[in-house]
Amino acid sequence: MAAPDDNILVLTNVTKRFGGLVAVDDVSLSIKRGEIFALIGPNGAGKTTLFNNVTGLFKPTSGHVILNGTDITGSRPHEVARLGIARTFQNIRLFDYMTCIDNVRVGRHVRMHAKLWDSLFKLPAERHEEERVTDEAMELLRFVGIQRQAHQYARNLPYGQQRRLEIARALATEPKLLLLDEPAAGFTPQEKVELMALVRKILERGITVWLIEHDMKLVMGISERIVVLDHGEKIAEGPPEEVRTDPRVIEAYLGKSA
Amino acid sequence: MSRAAAPRGSLFARLRLRERIRDRDTALYGILIIVALVYPAATLYTQEGSTYLISLAGHAGTFVLLAIGLNVVVGFAGLLDLGYAAFFAIGAYTYALFASQQLASSPIHHAYHLPFWLMMFVGLLVAAAFGAILGFPTLRLRGDYLAIVTLGFGEIVPNVFYNLDQWTGGINAIGGIDQPVLPAWITGPWAGANDIAIVAPFNFSFDPIAYYVLIFVLVAGAIILVSNLQRSRLGRAWMAIREDEVAAAAMGINTVTTKLLAFGIGASFSGFAGAYYGASFGLVSPDDFLFIVSITVLVMIVLGGMGNIPGVIVGAISIYFILNWLLPALPPALESAASSFGLQSLNAQNGDWPGVAGATQRLTLLIFGLILVSMMLLRPQGLFPSRVREQELKHAVGLEDEAAIEQAHA
Repeated sequence: MAAPDDNILVLTNVTKRFGGLVAVDDVSLSIKRGEIFALIGPNGAGKTTLFNNVTGLFKPTSGHVILNGTDITGSRPHEVARLGIARTFQNIRLFDYMTCIDNVRVGRHVRMHAKLWDSLFKLPAERHEEERVTDEAMELLRFVGIQRQAHQYARNLPYGQQRRLEIARALATEPKLLLLDEPAAGFTPQEKVELMALVRKILERGITVWLIEHDMKLVMGISERIVVLDHGEKIAEGPPEEVRTDPRVIEAYLGKSA
Repeated sequence: MSRAAAPRGSLFARLRLRERIRDRDTALYGILIIVALVYPAATLYTQEGSTYLISLAGHAGTFVLLAIGLNVVVGFAGLLDLGYAAFFAIGAYTYALFASQQLASSPIHHAYHLPFWLMMFVGLLVAAAFGAILGFPTLRLRGDYLAIVTLGFGEIVPNVFYNLDQWTGGINAIGGIDQPVLPAWITGPWAGANDIAIVAPFNFSFDPIAYYVLIFVLVAGAIILVSNLQRSRLGRAWMAIREDEVAAAAMGINTVTTKLLAFGIGASFSGFAGAYYGASFGLVSPDDFLFIVSITVLVMIVLGGMGNIPGVIVGAISIYFILNWLLPALPPALESAASSFGLQSLNAQNGDWPGVAGATQRLTLLIFGLILVSMMLLRPQGLFPSRVREQELKHAVGLEDEAAIEQAHA
């Protein structure tokens, strides 16, 4: 089954079971190149589990994950990153005791070429690559707006800047598809507006964005298409205004009306 | 003369010495280099030509190499390795077997005498290979589990050398190991010769000064290579894995091969040190590589400042000299102190009292323990920690404070 050209990622019948628990149940969806795609659902709906299945942290029990027409089901996380999917984490996972710029430089790892030998003897090619990567990392910090914190430990940043740093680190891997896991969790309304602006800027770089978000308003304002997950099942899919009025979605979020 | 203020300035200004010295680690390297250069002359002068302290320093250098290597595994990549001495043993035995008469009495009945300079690198490669062999199945384990497996490996290797006695001589050890030979060397009054002259070819034949120079060069080389690695793609990958393995993998780092490289590179320094060790003592026995050696090296890096190369070096040198110079010198020193204070009666054996010297002798390890405990109490982050370590401890203390505040409010 070849994916149509305008789809960057296609999931077909992805299921993930943990023993008797079905965390993701037969989910199929496709993400178009260059769109902002949102995944919403109540707590425990299996949103992050689905992300983990896509990024190789988990292997789906059944079903397929197809990136740009290539089946990447069950690839290891670093292979998925190399193929062009980067992600952030719901509960920020930075390298706490590394500086911000080093965090971003780690993100460049997968696009660097220095071999053990080059690094051991600091060969000219390696020096140049290091300089270039440092510039690129600085540029990304500027892009997300935390260049002034470049030499601080990631741990010492305020919460909002940590979220931004995580995005910068993910962008450093040169992804084609960026997965953001609740990027606005715990943000003030002002910070949410800034985040939306940042996500649009990321889109302008030609990167497709898939985000998990709790804040309905933010999701409605930014994404072109939404998939709603409940108890691991896809219960709705479509443009925001359609999803908003879907009775099943309202039920999942607000409970059954009496 | 408007150009006078141009940034050219004096040589001093151009080297930016003032700024560099302000950086603690650079200053530390400077002091270490100066001490290492002055040390042989100073000890020859104060010890009236005795080279004992120089040969002691040469052996301390072995442990500096070991500490630098283990620091890659534990300090950079955060993998707790409790069997590091195994790789040391493998390096030492690799050299000993192929540079002595040992294999003549083995089933192959042929003795090899390969040159030290070659075998040093062979020892390195063999140890690195064993590091990879051990690492491959075990590096999927984390933390405590990895520590237990490496502990087991550390126990197995000396036992293998002990029990393969038709090859290794077992408990009889391997003696008569070849000395390194150089095409030329400078000799002079410091080595007992009358004039400064060039000897060619030069056989080390247990010359402490030659070994001292050799280990100085090896350690300097190790420092340069490991510092390069630390500030590279690979070094950052190690640190990322230490900080958060899942995030590191999601950033495209192949965690298995990266950890394997840490293990292999750490082991290779140990193999290097092993070859030097075999040559400088001329004897290797399974007893030289017991668990206590792994632990001593670990203590050296924890105490010196995990993750920081100059700190680790200072740690290794201090612990080595405490163990092999300060503690053995303590009993006779206390005995003569007792005599000079008119307390000769204390020196005599009397019933259960073994005399001051005997009593101190018995308490040596207790004293060592006390030194370690007090050093860790005074500087829990190590003598010269990496900045990361410093931060971690600061935060740990901060968390305790927060907990205390919460309790106070409860």
